[in-house]
Amino acid sequence: MSKKPTIELRTSPHAHAGGDVVRIMRNVVYAMLPICAFTIWQFGLSALALLIVVTATCMASERLFNRLSSQPSSLGDWSAAITGILLALTLPPGFPLWMGAVAAFAAVALGKALFGGLGMNAMNPALIGRAFVQAAFPVAITTWTPAFFEGRFTSFVPTTLTPPFLQPPVISDWVTSVTVDAFSGATPLALQKFEGVQMDTLDMLLGTTAGSAGETSALLILICGLYLAARRMLDWRIPVLVMLGAAVTAGIFFLIDPVKYPDPLFVLLSGGLMLGAWFMASDMVGSPVTPLGVVIYALMIGVLTVIIRLFGGLTEGVMYAILLGNAATPLIDQLTQPRVFGEQRAGK
Amino acid sequence: MGLFDLFSGLKTFAHGIHPPYHKDTADKPIRRLPFPAQLVLPLDQHIGKPAIPLVKKGQEVVRGEPIAKADGAFSVPLHAPATGRVRGIELMPTPKGPKSDAIVIDVYDGSTQEVLWKQPREMSELSPTEAIQAIQDTGMVGLGGAAFPSHLKLTIPEDKTVDTLVINGCECEPYLTCDHRVMLEHPQALMRGIRYAMRATGTSQAIIGVEDNKMDAVEILRDHLPKGGSIKVESVETKYPQGSEKMLIKSVLNREVPAGGLPADVGVVVNNVGTLAGLGRLLPEGEGLIERVITVAGPGIVKPGNYLVPLGTPIRHILEQVGYEGSRTEFILGGPMMGPAVSAMDTPITKGTSGLLVLNEPSIEEESHKIWPCIRCARCVKACPMHLNPSILGQMAAKRKYEEMAEDYHLNDCFECGCCSYVCPSNIPLVQYFRIAKAINREQAA
Ligand code: SF4
Ligand code: SF4
Repeated sequence: MSKKPTIELRTSPHAHAGGDVVRIMRNVVYAMLPICAFTIWQFGLSALALLIVVTATCMASERLFNRLSSQPSSLGDWSAAITGILLALTLPPGFPLWMGAVAAFAAVALGKALFGGLGMNAMNPALIGRAFVQAAFPVAITTWTPAFFEGRFTSFVPTTLTPPFLQPPVISDWVTSVTVDAFSGATPLALQKFEGVQMDTLDMLLGTTAGSAGETSALLILICGLYLAARRMLDWRIPVLVMLGAAVTAGIFFLIDPVKYPDPLFVLLSGGLMLGAWFMASDMVGSPVTPLGVVIYALMIGVLTVIIRLFGGLTEGVMYAILLGNAATPLIDQLTQPRVFGEQRAGK
Repeated sequence: MGLFDLFSGLKTFAHGIHPPYHKDTADKPIRRLPFPAQLVLPLDQHIGKPAIPLVKKGQEVVRGEPIAKADGAFSVPLHAPATGRVRGIELMPTPKGPKSDAIVIDVYDGSTQEVLWKQPREMSELSPTEAIQAIQDTGMVGLGGAAFPSHLKLTIPEDKTVDTLVINGCECEPYLTCDHRVMLEHPQALMRGIRYAMRATGTSQAIIGVEDNKMDAVEILRDHLPKGGSIKVESVETKYPQGSEKMLIKSVLNREVPAGGLPADVGVVVNNVGTLAGLGRLLPEGEGLIERVITVAGPGIVKPGNYLVPLGTPIRHILEQVGYEGSRTEFILGGPMMGPAVSAMDTPITKGTSGLLVLNEPSIEEESHKIWPCIRCARCVKACPMHLNPSILGQMAAKRKYEEMAEDYHLNDCFECGCCSYVCPSNIPLVQYFRIAKAINREQAA
């Protein structure tokens, strides 16, 4: 026998599945990196700067709130980084950096710290940040930048470097002056809603359109999301059911009036639906824990997204749909408590 | 039940987990260890009233002799596991945690392995009531870990009727292989025990449930089944906690024991294979329970195996015999999912101890000690075999809403299997929260 060992006393179980929070979070970050790379390739320096500023501000704010509440740093759980990257991906690529920082601060302050940190936040912090700037800077957030403009790796979109607290310059002249291949200034959603033009499906699938930094390539987002689902770090039911809900709702309207309403495929591939479904609606913190609850929640988001898109004043509905879903989660959870083993329910 | 389970036709229950099983000792035949110099026999090794000592300090006892009698019906007697002299009745550590009164015996050098005290009898001549009395006299309890007196378990309440005896041969806890070995090595004793139990309970059919990672046991048992088909062997999915009563009844009979109810409510009585094999051997001889098979395993053990040890053997003695190593160690009595960790080397093996595990650093999941907030990942919800919501229960426990946990979220249906803690990526000690919550609720009610 070797020399006297240290005897540990722990409570059972003395075994653990092993996967931990940090690993899950880190993988979510990995899964978003290709999307980030794509958006940088698409929009150049401006997108890169926006990603860095927003993510850094999120992490700095997280640290600040840790300090204020005398908590140890929670940066190690990566959730602040995820919020930052997600938020940056939902903003227009030429979004003024200072406004990006405001969005990031709002995301962490209102979306997370206010509730008590990771796991306590009722709603997705990135979307809170995005909703905040949507209200605060309605013009800047709807100013889209063309993808693949020439010189994107050497110069910024003029709006990017807007000095703090100033509104960005009007860039329609700049937009017409830059050379791009096959460019259309508005996003596919705006084109469809306000001008009745439908974007080519292949373009949207591959991401050669205008849009928020990270919501343009449906295909890439799908692949990255599938990676997470395959590693069991994401409940695939949520994105799939969100898309199903959206497609079915859109399909009904399309059948009623194919001229006025877009076809379901377009609905699925345009705007933030893909990103929202795979990376935001699926956020564990804001989604129900009961099996039935997950189904209701996801379908509800899908349906609401389309309704808001078609009938609301906004082109993009997924953000509010997810926030509504998050808000409904506690109620859904409560109403869908699973039947406990051996429990006899009235009427059964 | 998942879609896959439905189609595969495998008998099982919904939810649960698949931990690494580490059944490395499955091929190690049962071996006897030399007697220790001293035996420690707590009077409360079973659930119920502690036994009443029959011996005094300095008295000589022979192997097999009763040394404590049952205190009424809700109790069982104790027998001397080896010949020796009573050192006294002392407060000693027990696997349950707090110290309790124990009869300490100094074992004579070269104490015989023959059982010197027995009252052989013809079981078929006993009436059911006499049979129950005979079972109580053996001091037998559930050897799977529960340590519930067997004669009580086999006594069917007046207002209930049972039709089926379910025999638990799942051994779903990782590492443990003692039941597996008993099935392989003592199938006749098991079949005898099953017949006694069927007669005592008046059941007409018996089903032995064995996890499908022990198909060799399934085959051997099938070879030993009596003609007539009253006893069946069913292989069930290898999944933790398949061996919990409610889950096993669901798996083999598709009956659901009502929440807060007993197996008898759905016409079933469950016994462990080790327990019935023990009764099958002891009853005709009129002997008492004085030894049991335990699995000694884990990365820290030099000579892992299945060992027959006298009750009361201190874990120190076992570890000296089999050798162990490691600088940071965890000693566990029973399986890693539900067994308690102990620190006192004087802690004895009792009737309910099914194993002694020594886990070293690598298996004591190192990286993951930090407790993170609940991220609502729902893994615990998908793992809980009782279909509870450990996520919300855990959050309520943190806020000390213990009564609400019981009233609104079925806390009392939790049987502390540990699946939720096992899967939680935030390392939240959920089961421990639930144990505390239940204990506090019990205290408030008292
Ligand atoms: S310990 Fe209790 S709550 Fe946790 S999985 Fe087991 S029965 Fe469910
Ligand atoms: S497994 Fe842990 S983190 Fe996940 S929902 Fe349950 S308690 Fe929360």
